Amino acid sequence: MATVEELQTRVKQLEAELERERARNRTGPDGGGGRKKIDKMSSEVVDSNPYSRLMALKRMGIVDNYERIRDFTVAVVGVGGVGSVTAEMLTRCGIGKLLLFDYDKVELANMNRLFFQPHQAGLSKVQAAEITLRDINPDVEFETHNYNITTVDNFQHFMDRISHGHLRGDRPVDLVLSCVDNFEARMAINTACNELGQVWIESGVSENAVSGHIQVIKPGETACFACAPPLVVASGIDEKTLKREGVCAASLPTTMGIVAGFLVQNTLKYLLEFGSVTYYLGYNAMQDFFPSMAMKPNPNCDESYCRKLQTEYQEKLAAQPKEEVKEKEPEEVVHDVNDWGIELVAETTDEEFKAASHGHVPELVEGVHVAYVRPMTQEDDEGAAGLTVDDQESLEDLMAKMKSI
Amino acid sequence: MVDAATKKTLSNIPLLKTKAGPRDRDLWVQRLKEEYQALIQYVENNKKEDNDWFRLESNKEGTRWFGKCWHYQDLMKYEFEIEFDIPITFPTTAPEIAIPELEGKTAKMYRGGKICLTDHFKPLWGRNVPKFGIAHAMALGLGPWLAVEIPDLISKGLVQHKDDQQQS
Repeated sequence: MATVEELQTRVKQLEAELERERARNRTGPDGGGGRKKIDKMSSEVVDSNPYSRLMALKRMGIVDNYERIRDFTVAVVGVGGVGSVTAEMLTRCGIGKLLLFDYDKVELANMNRLFFQPHQAGLSKVQAAEITLRDINPDVEFETHNYNITTVDNFQHFMDRISHGHLRGDRPVDLVLSCVDNFEARMAINTACNELGQVWIESGVSENAVSGHIQVIKPGETACFACAPPLVVASGIDEKTLKREGVCAASLPTTMGIVAGFLVQNTLKYLLEFGSVTYYLGYNAMQDFFPSMAMKPNPNCDESYCRKLQTEYQEKLAAQPKEEVKEKEPEEVVHDVNDWGIELVAETTDEEFKAASHGHVPELVEGVHVAYVRPMTQEDDEGAAGLTVDDQESLEDLMAKMKSI
Repeated sequence: MVDAATKKTLSNIPLLKTKAGPRDRDLWVQRLKEEYQALIQYVENNKKEDNDWFRLESNKEGTRWFGKCWHYQDLMKYEFEIEFDIPITFPTTAPEIAIPELEGKTAKMYRGGKICLTDHFKPLWGRNVPKFGIAHAMALGLGPWLAVEIPDLISKGLVQHKDDQQQS
């Protein structure tokens, strides 16, 4: 049996060892085996230049000014199957700064996806990601936040970092990328970005792992995430044959990698201004079907900031010369044939559709539908036990009453 | 969509009026009162029907909730601690009810012990914003989940009655 002193010595040894290992992770062996920081991107084609193939984009005339990538700051919210790969791609591209948000830890159950490694199990995802990414490219600046953005306290901090977290001083980040896996977090990002007028791109992979999407949201200009119920890319699978026994969600590294690829490709096109930015791109893995479209905002959106920005955007449009506006009109996508026999099925009864059809129904491309419809007229609450009434009891009284039942 | 019994339970829970989340200050206090009224009514209904199955309370701000739920099988009571936060997007999004002690025992759970709801729950909630509250989330979400998952966990030996635990 070891004495306390012996154990204390051992702990000290291990701490020193851990510190050496950490230092090695930060700078590489001998302080430079990853590599040293590079002040200026060079387009010189030599084996030792990590940016030569990226700068070749400039020489080939694809991107006007690739070096600008170092001036951009991107926030990645959710560092899981999609977010970690997204962050790695941006790191390898030489992005200026990344803000990473996630409250989760790395688990062995994540190993069917890319990026994280078994020895990182137990570390927070943001911390593990930062260590790996710094090693890949020490030129990138990182800021990590290990918390859940949907709670009241964290949400305010999240908004603050989005609006002040830029690499080049006290201003908003250039783009927010949503790589979260749940509706609540998406709605929280949507609320924050509407309030801040922040452009963001939403991404997602379905729980059956065989479809995904990305969607660019420019508050006021395109549909926000609350403008319509969640969109679903038809998977071509009869929902009734989908077995959900004993499982919550499936995932594939392929689908997640593809969606991360779409997301970062669109991000690069948006930031570096090349090609055309796709507003909505869906991916159906079963039939290799990729619907794309642009979605107008809902004038009756639940989010007041979305409605406010819509008005502002319309005023801005009206003030612009007409031709320019025409150019900006997103292309209409028309599908003549429906090879996959995709139709709208589900959860919604005829009456509900009827009720909803009084209000805003988004124009969607074939192969994409809303997960459900919301009634515009209040549903008849047949037999429901009436609305709660505001009697004289205070909140404290009610809390006490609940406790004493 | 939901079975007749659940429908009946639901129809006896008062609906809420105020669309307000925890960032809405005064309106949130109003919403919180409605939440408590609906919950008190629901628990009283349950007791009347001899189907009392949970207790809940919140912090002062009403942003963090915790309590207990229980399930009877073979005349034995199995009790579990429950907890959840009210997200800033509430009531547009439903609260995510969690039973941390069961995390890792069932695949029908997300990290942190959040229960995995059926495909029906979210559309139903979405169509009933802001009328549905925490009581409805309990009746439509946690209730059916316990009814399916707990017997399964007991049969697999993953959940043991407290008395048996002490013996072993």
